[in-house]
Amino acid sequence: MVLESAHQDPEDELEGYFSIRGGEFEDAGTCATVIKSALRKLGHSDECASRAAVSAFEAEMNVIIHAVAGTLNYTIGSDEILITVTDMGPGIEDIGRAMTEGFSTAPEWAKEKGWGSGLGLPNIKKHSDSLEIDTRKGEGTTLTIRVMLTPGG
Amino acid sequence: MAHLTTREIQEALKAEISAQGDLGREVVNCYVSDLLSDVLAKSIEGNLWITQHTHSNIVAVASVKGLAGVVIAGGNKIPEDTLEKARAEGVTLLRCDMSTFEAAGEVYNLLKGGAG
Repeated sequence: MVLESAHQDPEDELEGYFSIRGGEFEDAGTCATVIKSALRKLGHSDECASRAAVSAFEAEMNVIIHAVAGTLNYTIGSDEILITVTDMGPGIEDIGRAMTEGFSTAPEWAKEKGWGSGLGLPNIKKHSDSLEIDTRKGEGTTLTIRVMLTPGG
Repeated sequence: MAHLTTREIQEALKAEISAQGDLGREVVNCYVSDLLSDVLAKSIEGNLWITQHTHSNIVAVASVKGLAGVVIAGGNKIPEDTLEKARAEGVTLLRCDMSTFEAAGEVYNLLKGGAG
């Protein structure tokens, strides 16, 4: 995972872009950490920042585990954060099964590291307000995730 | 539930401080799991997390979830890149020779001791 070019406004960090490489798990979580910190700095609640961060983390892991490469973009609006994750992966064969907790097609190396337990997409669904999956077999997958923002205490 | 800091738990477990974050932080209950998605989904801010994993993703998970610290049970050696990342992000890593079962039992008694 490489922070290739962060289009971050130094003032408010309203958007960002990350390039993700398949198999490079060492820096996983970078997107999530940046998103959480940006939302907190903007005065949004810990709860919505945590939900967005968990969604971003799982989406990033999906790219690392299943795809050759991908990108994660986020845009923070006044009432929601939009996270778009696009990969050049194998595509999801059966979305219904992929959304079922415990169903996993992850390789052994990911499972050895404690990932690939079939909780990724279900976790994104649970932690977001909207999840759209656009997948084409052999081409790739785009996840469009929205989390509503609430003010911090 | 008893109020304990990360340091008090570290002392009770006779754990090595492999990476030092805020040891004065109050521990809010404990979560035990080796499935990282499960920890992302169900741990809460301030939890102590007991795991067998030592790779660098545990730091990112702990950081994103705002955990009070991570206990690596079973005496597993922690790789240098994990330690560096933990120091950079201020995440406490405690290496403990006890098994997960023993460490979890000890932490349970400390936090919920006397409850029954």
